[in-house]
Amino acid sequence: MDIYINQNSGVPLYLQIINQVKQLIAAKRLKVDQELPPIRGLAEQLLINPNTVARAYRELESAGWVYKRRGAGTFISGKPSPLSEQERKRIIEEKITSLLVESQQMDISVDQLIETIQKMGSKKN
Amino acid sequence: MNSENTKNVVAITNLTRQFDEQLALDDVSINVKSGQVFGIVGENGAGKTTLIKHMLGQYKAQQGTVTMFDDEPVASPEKVLAKIGYLSEEPELPAWMTVKEILNYTAAFYPTWDNDYAEQLIKAFSLNLDKRVRDLSKGQKARVGLVLAQAHKPELLLLDEPSSGLDPNVRRDILSAVIKTVSDEGRTVILSSHLLEEVERVCDHLMMLDKGRVLLFDSMEKVLNNHHRIIAKPDSGISLSDLSKFDGVFNAGNDNDEWKIDFYGDLEQLKTELDTKSVAIISNRLMSLNDIFISRTSASMRG
Repeated sequence: MDIYINQNSGVPLYLQIINQVKQLIAAKRLKVDQELPPIRGLAEQLLINPNTVARAYRELESAGWVYKRRGAGTFISGKPSPLSEQERKRIIEEKITSLLVESQQMDISVDQLIETIQKMGSKKN
Repeated sequence: MNSENTKNVVAITNLTRQFDEQLALDDVSINVKSGQVFGIVGENGAGKTTLIKHMLGQYKAQQGTVTMFDDEPVASPEKVLAKIGYLSEEPELPAWMTVKEILNYTAAFYPTWDNDYAEQLIKAFSLNLDKRVRDLSKGQKARVGLVLAQAHKPELLLLDEPSSGLDPNVRRDILSAVIKTVSDEGRTVILSSHLLEEVERVCDHLMMLDKGRVLLFDSMEKVLNNHHRIIAKPDSGISLSDLSKFDGVFNAGNDNDEWKIDFYGDLEQLKTELDTKSVAIISNRLMSLNDIFISRTSASMRG
C-alpha cells in the first residue's frame, strides 16, 4: 500500500494514514474487499509504532471505510459510502484553495483561472 | 496494550546521582510498563546514559531506588540482565573475535538464545560470519550488536543512542527491530536518542531529561496533542512575566510586537484565562517534538 509519512506536516501520524487510505479508496487504487496490510506489516514498512496503525484502522472501521473479518485481516468496505463523496470534495477543495492562493499572488483573477482550467480540461479530453 | 493492569518493567523512584560536584540525575522518578516503547530524549550530558546504567546495574543508586522487573539490578544482575537486550552507541565487542565467535560466546550466556532467529537476522543484515570485529564498519558493528541484543528474545530491548552516526539503512534496521520487538505481545523497548523524529515515530511514551531533571514524562499522544504554540496580541494590562506564571506556560517571549507563548495543557482553559485579561490569541498550532524539545530545554537554561 502506497502510504507516505510526512513528519513536518503537523498532522498526527494516525490521521495521515486515515487520510491516505481514504484517498486511495477515492482514487480506486484500493478496491472493495481488498485486504489492507496487517498492522504489524504496515508498522514495519512505515517504521512507526504499531499502536498508531492500529488506531488508524480502528477509526477507519468505526467510520465504515473498512471492515474486519474474524481471524482474518482488515478489508475495504463495499458499500458506496456518502462519505466518499464528501472526501472527494474535501480533497479537491484543498487543492483549489492552494491554487487560489497562488493565483492571487500572481495577480491572476478567478475568471482567468476558470478560463485556463476549461481550456486545459477540453484539451485533455 | 491495556496499560491499566500491565506490570512495571522499570520502576525508579527519587533517583539522584552525583559525580563529584556534578549532579547527573536529580530526583528522577519514572516507570515503564510492559508493552511500551519508551523514549528518552535529552541533550548530550542530560543524564540519559547515567540513567540507563542504573537500569543495567552498572551504577548503584546513591539515593532513591531502581527496580527492574521485580529485582534490584545491582543485587541480582544475572537475573535482570538475562531479560535485557542492550545496545549502546559504541557496542564494546572484542576486536580480535570473528562474528561467529562472538555469537557463540554470547549465546552461551543466554538460555533463551534462539539460533534460528539469530541466523535469520544475520542473513537479513548480510553479515559475514568469518570477519573479525576489527575489520567491520561502524554500521556492520552496530548490526552485530543488534543481533546480540535480540537473539535471546529479551523481555526488554534497551537501546542507548543506537543510531548515532549511522547511515539510514542501519538506522532503518534498528527501528525495524524496535517495531518487531513491540509487536510481540508484552515485550518492551526503551530507546534513548537525540534523533527526535525517530522517537516521535516509534515511541508511545516519552521522558525528556535536562541536566539530570525530568522535564517531561507522559504518553507520546498526550505530549503531541497538548503542546501548543500560541501567538497573541499583547495587552497593556498584563506583562509577559505575568504570563509565564500561568499554569502550563513553559516558555514565553516577544516576537515582533507579538507574544509567542508555549503551553502544555488544555488550550480552552488557557483561552478563557487569556480572555479575562483581554489578551487576544492570533493563532495557535500544535508543536512538533522538535519544537517542544528546543523550547523546553532553552526555557530551562534561562532558569
